[in-house]
Amino acid sequence: MNLSALGLTAATLPSAVPARRVAASSGQLLAACRVCWEEGGRMLALWLSDDRDRDRGFTLRVVLQDSDGLMLLEHTMPDGDVHYPDLSLIFPAANRMQRAAFDLVGIPSDSDDQRPWLWLASWPIDQFPLRRDFVASPKWEPGQEEYAFVKVAGDGVHEIPVGPVHAGIIEPGHFRFQIVGEKVLRLEERLGYTHKGVEKRFEALPMDAGHRLAGRVSGDSTVAYAWAYAQALEAIADVSIPTRAAWLRALVLERERVANHLGDLGYLGNDGGFAFGLAQFSRLKEDVLRTNLVAFGHRLAMDHVIPGGVARDLAPEHAVRISDECAALEREIRIIRDIYDEHAGLQDRFRTCGTVSPALAAKLGLIGMAGRASGQAHDLRCDFPVAPYDSLAVRKAGSADGDVAARVAVRFDEVRESLRIIQNIVKALPVGPIHEPLPAIPAYRQGLGIVEGWRGPVLLALTSGPGGTIRRCHPHDPSWSNWPVIEHAVIGNIVPDFPLINKSFNLSYSGHDL
Amino acid sequence: MLHILRQIVRTGIKTEAAPAPADEMVLVARLQEKLLRTLGRALTIRQVDAGSCNGCELEIHALGNPYYNLEGLGIKFVASPRHADMLLVTGPVSKHMAIALRRTYDATPEPKLVVAVGECGCTGGIFGESYASMGRVGNVIPVDVEVPGCPPTPVALLQGILAAITKHAPPAPPTDDAPSASDS
Repeated sequence: MNLSALGLTAATLPSAVPARRVAASSGQLLAACRVCWEEGGRMLALWLSDDRDRDRGFTLRVVLQDSDGLMLLEHTMPDGDVHYPDLSLIFPAANRMQRAAFDLVGIPSDSDDQRPWLWLASWPIDQFPLRRDFVASPKWEPGQEEYAFVKVAGDGVHEIPVGPVHAGIIEPGHFRFQIVGEKVLRLEERLGYTHKGVEKRFEALPMDAGHRLAGRVSGDSTVAYAWAYAQALEAIADVSIPTRAAWLRALVLERERVANHLGDLGYLGNDGGFAFGLAQFSRLKEDVLRTNLVAFGHRLAMDHVIPGGVARDLAPEHAVRISDECAALEREIRIIRDIYDEHAGLQDRFRTCGTVSPALAAKLGLIGMAGRASGQAHDLRCDFPVAPYDSLAVRKAGSADGDVAARVAVRFDEVRESLRIIQNIVKALPVGPIHEPLPAIPAYRQGLGIVEGWRGPVLLALTSGPGGTIRRCHPHDPSWSNWPVIEHAVIGNIVPDFPLINKSFNLSYSGHDL
Repeated sequence: MLHILRQIVRTGIKTEAAPAPADEMVLVARLQEKLLRTLGRALTIRQVDAGSCNGCELEIHALGNPYYNLEGLGIKFVASPRHADMLLVTGPVSKHMAIALRRTYDATPEPKLVVAVGECGCTGGIFGESYASMGRVGNVIPVDVEVPGCPPTPVALLQGILAAITKHAPPAPPTDDAPSASDS
């Protein structure tokens, strides 16, 4: 993205993928976003920081992505009654990020929508947790908020409230359906229920322990988050990790992708009334997790990725087991995929259900696996490959259909590709050390980490504080971009198809609520 | 249909074929026996995610796979707390979820067993207590049994469920030498 026409000169930003940073006035901020949008780019993240203690007021940071890489826009505002332009006019996904940023730091955008997003009445509305002078009081009791849902009126329209406690084993959140008969006229999501103060908690941890918290932002993506954290820290420290460590990281990341896709493919079958699919895929997933336990000491490979490398080497006999398992999985999955494809009842549920057209996906900024199923062909492993992906030639999955069937097909394709990658990693794993010690980290340095997790790009922005502390850490889940799209995907579908549509995306609540 | 049947036959019964350590099989037998003695019927569980990272939920899901075959033991996850004997709660309890969790507890009929799941459910874990987190489940509702682990394995979850039932079990008949919760 060339911003020189706006009078902006970008500097290099420490990151594993090509990234630049640029300071922008409020006018330039809006103009830069427009340039990005016109050139086919996307907004990945938006967050605020309080830098008043360093006489720098408040800083709004926006990460844009296009075919050149990442661009971090930094807009500094003085202390006082300040605000910044509404970027949701260009990137609709900015709406909730701006509202969340206000709830935590207290600087509003110019948007008409000033409803809270992560605030649900459990602390005073005029207190902002990520301000440096914030002091929590033990007297604050959990409260209840009256949220201004958009109402639909008319003959026969009624409302179904769902959650926050859901009927299955799912994370909590609230869905408000406006329906006629069984048809969904409108869905409005109300999230934030699992907000547990992750960003504030980061600031109390030393930098060399932050990967453990990062690995618990969203448990199903623990490898992606821990890797993104490690990348950001290694970028700040200007350390490159040993080649073997990078390959071992990719090994567990691809296994995380396989495990999650297998689990979801099973539940998608089940939600389509095909319990056979759940029984088959859940046993295959269990096989993968048991091998993880043997090879990496943890079923989900939590805390395996650490700053500087990985915690544990791969034993030769485990490499053999992994390779054999991949071959077996590939065979089994091919059989079950044929069964899914030929099952008329299942295909009837999957096809034309929860459709997001490529045009709508581009407009709303759908990213990751769901984006690829709606013609948004972006995958960091192919577009900006870091080691070892630069030597693995990852094939991008994709579809232009945008329905549940397309998301199922993309998951099947991605599992097959990940199994191929895992086999290649195990075959060509370089020898050498698995960890590089990090030097002392200078204060007030900023680094970005970004990893293509199974859901999509997991971004993590890290700023160091003095004495090895974390000054600010913003982990950003792809679910921020994709949750609003589900509201569109369900329009015109029937209520009983919602679980199927929702599962086909399977977005994170915890990763979003922070 | 033929393909489906062929795959089912080819897969076989995983529940028996699972490489289960001896104590795991004992655990399963004991669990069924306790269930019958305590409740005189199957056990129904309502799972509540009160703010977890979703790691614990993944392992709770795993209990339903053919290897652990939870439903085969007469244990079922139900959609409403009003149908539940037990709440399986993961944490830390976010402040935003505290009221929903209390209401779920109030809606659950006796014996109202509560199992707190995971490091965060037991202690608050890495998130601790803060402006947004109430910490451990026990800070919000009474807890019968805690199952630590980040996340706990499916076997640890089974043991926790058994311990909660044992705790509420009436005294064993004199001829029965069933061990107590502490050695399960």
